[in-house]
Amino acid sequence: MSEPIVKIRGLKKNFGSLQVLKGIDMDIDQGQIFALIGASGSGKSTLLRTINQLEEVTEGEIWFDGELVNQKLPHRQREAHLNRLRQNIGMVFQHFNLFPHLTAIENVTMAPLMLGRVNKAEAIEQAKKLLDKVGLSDRGDYYPSKLSGGQKQRVAIARSLAMNPKLMLFDEVTSALDPELVGEVNRVMKALAEEDMTMIIVTHDLRFAEDVSDHVIFMADGLVVEEGPPSLVFRAPQEDRTKSFLQQVFND
Amino acid sequence: MGLDFSILPAYADILWKGTLWTIALTVLSMVFSLAGGVVFAVLQLNRHAIIRWPVAGFAWLFMGTPLLLQLFLIYFGLVQIGLDLNAFVAGVIALSLHFAVYNSEIIRSAIVAVDKGQYEAARSLGLSQFQAMRKAIVPQAVANVTPALGNMMIALLKESALVSVIGVMELTLSAQRAISDSFRPFEFYIAAGAIYYVLNLGLEQAVRVAERRSAQYR
Repeated sequence: MSEPIVKIRGLKKNFGSLQVLKGIDMDIDQGQIFALIGASGSGKSTLLRTINQLEEVTEGEIWFDGELVNQKLPHRQREAHLNRLRQNIGMVFQHFNLFPHLTAIENVTMAPLMLGRVNKAEAIEQAKKLLDKVGLSDRGDYYPSKLSGGQKQRVAIARSLAMNPKLMLFDEVTSALDPELVGEVNRVMKALAEEDMTMIIVTHDLRFAEDVSDHVIFMADGLVVEEGPPSLVFRAPQEDRTKSFLQQVFND
Repeated sequence: MGLDFSILPAYADILWKGTLWTIALTVLSMVFSLAGGVVFAVLQLNRHAIIRWPVAGFAWLFMGTPLLLQLFLIYFGLVQIGLDLNAFVAGVIALSLHFAVYNSEIIRSAIVAVDKGQYEAARSLGLSQFQAMRKAIVPQAVANVTPALGNMMIALLKESALVSVIGVMELTLSAQRAISDSFRPFEFYIAAGAIYYVLNLGLEQAVRVAERRSAQYR
């Protein structure tokens, strides 16, 4: 079997005296869809954000595509190293974080153009394809302020895909959406999953997690409590904490 | 002796030239003070104190002393160390630096006010710190402060009159020349005031257009 694309060993993260990650190990193979679930404050978003180093780690190792992500380097080299890695790791945020001063299509072309990946014509052509893929081919010239939450999030997904990432991180991407807009974003993610994109999805939407993922990790208090295929974690949980969490969520 | 504005046309030429010099002085200083404002603002946000502190000290000096004194220092003071600037250049430098410092304070606080998620989104795409600032953060910050910067630019136009004291033949000094020739201070000061007022009206219009442009995405 080939080396996992993401390998995490003994990962710890402190915010001051508060330990939010207490030793996480994880292996993600190319093409796998991981769902990270757990209550707020369990550390799942922090874990996700350490993978592209939006959060620095306190201890442990993160490997991506055979490279140690959190190597100790002098500032300049570390920046260059991270810029290069991040170009291959897409991230989608809860609050979209689209660039409000750029149109939808400019949001998508910005990074590829800035980083000299393509020329302008190629960037625009690629962006049009991506907007089409997320069902927004007619919204390219709209500013984010003129788009609905669901549309914004789909543009944000297209923006990440424009860098042709090998891994996509989704940080509660439907949590800030009105309920009727969740489906359109979930459909885009599902389509992506079917194209064998490697994905890590932090979510409160357990039905979606069960539907789309092939591995579920349940976290509590900065630790992995239980993990396995969704059929097992959701239908036959072993740990009491998992059971009570699922009960709470599904009884709501 | 009452007011007699019929004297003005005889001096239209000198007033016109003065107006042009005031416009040149103001436009050049505006461009440099805005560019300088962005540069100082970004430097003041640098993570190295060794870069922040000199800029902060410089800003503190320029905010804490009179523009007139800065003008004298640059025009008369620098000669002593071998830098003999012409009066117009010295005026542009003094106005640019003075207003760059004020602009940078406005821009800096606007940069800090841009949502942190914008920076994270840019960095997560692989953009460097500098690229993220240039493409994602600064454009939004500038849009947020166009009205405030516009007010600074209007102040700059008015403060440009100070440059008359080092002998730049801008509008105020031109009016004075006309007065010393005609002995009609009231008419010429009013005329000069009216011209400043019209220039400011034009500038206000330009600021309004810039405001609309920079915030068209909202």
